[in-house]
Amino acid sequence: MGVSIEHYFVLSAILFVIGVYGVMARKNLIIVLMSLELMLNAANLAFVAFSRVHDDMTGQVFMIMSITVAAAEVAVGLALVVAVYSHRESLNIDILKILKG
Amino acid sequence: MIVWIILIPLLGALINGLVFATGFWKKFLGGDGHTEHKVVNIAGCGVVLVSALISSVLFFKLLSMEPSERQIVQTLFVWIPSGEFTVSFELLFDTLSCVMALIITWIGFLIHVYSIGYMHGDKSYAKYFAYLNIFIFFMLILVLGNSFPLMFVGWEGVGLASYLLIGFWYENPENASAGRKAFVVNRIGDFGFILGIFLIFFVFGSVNYQDVFGKAMDPVFMSAIPASVMTVIALLLFVGAVGKSAQIPLYVWLPDAMAGPTPVSALIHAATMVTAGAYMVARCNVIYSQSPTAQMIVVSIAAFTAFFAATIALTQNDIKKVLAYSTISQLGYMFMGIGVGAYAAGLFHLVTHAFFKALLFLGSGSVIHALGGEQDIRKMGGLRKFIPVTAITFLIGTLAIAGVPFLSGFFSKDEILGSVYERGYSIQWLFALVTVVLTALYMVRLYLLAFEGKIRVPDKIRDHIHESPSTMLIPLLVLAFLSIIGGYIGVPEFMGELLGFHDTNLFERFVSSSIFMDSAAQAGHHLLGHWELVLFSIAAALLGIIIAYYLYYVRPSLPDKIAENKNVEPVYSGSFNKWYIEELYDYIFVQPFRYLSDVAYRFDQKYIDGSVNGVAEILKEMALTLQAAQTGILRGYATLMAIGAAAILIFIIIWQGF
Repeated sequence: MGVSIEHYFVLSAILFVIGVYGVMARKNLIIVLMSLELMLNAANLAFVAFSRVHDDMTGQVFMIMSITVAAAEVAVGLALVVAVYSHRESLNIDILKILKG
Repeated sequence: MIVWIILIPLLGALINGLVFATGFWKKFLGGDGHTEHKVVNIAGCGVVLVSALISSVLFFKLLSMEPSERQIVQTLFVWIPSGEFTVSFELLFDTLSCVMALIITWIGFLIHVYSIGYMHGDKSYAKYFAYLNIFIFFMLILVLGNSFPLMFVGWEGVGLASYLLIGFWYENPENASAGRKAFVVNRIGDFGFILGIFLIFFVFGSVNYQDVFGKAMDPVFMSAIPASVMTVIALLLFVGAVGKSAQIPLYVWLPDAMAGPTPVSALIHAATMVTAGAYMVARCNVIYSQSPTAQMIVVSIAAFTAFFAATIALTQNDIKKVLAYSTISQLGYMFMGIGVGAYAAGLFHLVTHAFFKALLFLGSGSVIHALGGEQDIRKMGGLRKFIPVTAITFLIGTLAIAGVPFLSGFFSKDEILGSVYERGYSIQWLFALVTVVLTALYMVRLYLLAFEGKIRVPDKIRDHIHESPSTMLIPLLVLAFLSIIGGYIGVPEFMGELLGFHDTNLFERFVSSSIFMDSAAQAGHHLLGHWELVLFSIAAALLGIIIAYYLYYVRPSLPDKIAENKNVEPVYSGSFNKWYIEELYDYIFVQPFRYLSDVAYRFDQKYIDGSVNGVAEILKEMALTLQAAQTGILRGYATLMAIGAAAILIFIIIWQGF
């Protein structure tokens, strides 16, 4: 049984849903960020799979783009995490209600 | 040069208003109250004196001109340029506005001087003089403007000044509401006046005096205009005059206007502003002379007003209220003269009335001053011994207004009575003749109750009765002098022959160059000649004086007995309560309007405001509902986003039919 495009998709979907669950359910800010990364990587996996199937490099280019953006985002995100921690002495996302309207 | 007559009082108003009334002098220039009073006096009275002098110079300039060319026009700038229609800011100094300007500035000056004494120590001293100067400014615009709109500017301006001065002591709500009443009642008249101006523009295509009167005298032009249009114009203008000059039915504001300081009553509500209506009708003589219907209405209203107000004056106990009703009555005389087309006679009475009525008001002010604010004549009596100068000048004014021969009021009143009779208005003449009796009666009653007989002043006040300061007495003496000799400028010709006067009727000849159309006396045969008419009015005046003398001096207890008599009582209480006209107006106009506005208010609150506020309320509710979603919890936002994304995905899948 060869590995077909559907297998990649199913894996990508499972990873994405795990990421979504992490973002929705976990309280620790770092774990939330990690879950976000997981979602991005799930998407990247789909990009690469498509790229192989269609024999087109565009998908891979997008993947590289996405990883770059993710790296930049992590840099900013971690800085925010440090700032939040030094300010609140906690990384519990539930107590951060600055965005309340 | 004319413009300076107007501008200089405005300068006085600016100095007194901006520098002193605002406190600038005390705060920034370090002046004290004493010097402030001095400067206010000089600025306030001085500007009026300068205006008076300029007016006099121009008066002599007019005299030196040919009678037919006696007018000076000064154009300043184009005021309202609007296509074909333009109104220039133009001033006119002809014999008519000359007479008015001389009265306003000279009598105004005397009353300003009097005010120095009367208003001494008032905390709003500078403000008072600023208001008086503003009044003089607008009154001069009213009489010197050369077009109807300009007259209207002055017309409204004097209304404003009158409102401000009636309510000058506004701490007392009654005074403030008296001012408001004057203002509102006058608006009714002004509405008629401005409609009249619109109609004049519509018919004549201009609002400039020369254009309008020129066309109105042109037979070719007038043949295209129905007579009824002229009547409507005349009556609309007269509505304005009725308001300003306090004729029936809009007279009710004038008695209330006595709430203001007494010099104001003398200046505005006796000598100048209230005569603006008479001036306006005289100015529009061309229009009135062409409409017998309008003339008839003017004369009838005037005659009835004269009589009606005199009956009320008979029983009033407030010294100023008697004079106020007397003023309404005398204004009726002016309108009678002007209404029958004897414009010069009406204006002549305007002039003499300005002398003796200003004198009487200032005299009453002097009495009030002496008694520390007491205005009720029942609490006076015997004042002649305490304040002799005031008493004598007041007596002169009383006799002049009563029509005692050879005083000023006698000549002018006879002119009017004669004209009214000779032009065929017999019924109105009869009313006027009865009014002569009443006038003499109530004026002599007033004099006797205040100055003669037993003193009824409470002991506490009696010790403080004092003659007024010289700033008040000098104007009184000057006006008393004028009240005696003022009539000789207009002695009728037939009297002049007998009295050995060579220059008879100087006044009429002077004014006539501004009167383009005088409806001449009817040529028919009359029962009475000149002399009979004069004898009638002398007899009427003496009858009034004798009755008053008997009732209030010889038998002082009699008036009360008469008033209590069963047959007389209803008439007495009717007169005492001003024939319940105020109550009637309240019932007919005030109450229904109050009810209507109450209904409108509630409708507005419920439906208009309700619908506007309802929309806002709905949006507010929506916002409050959605606010719950803004928790600030990031995970919540992410969850919502994920659910949303999933929902869109599922929707697309189903919709596309996968």
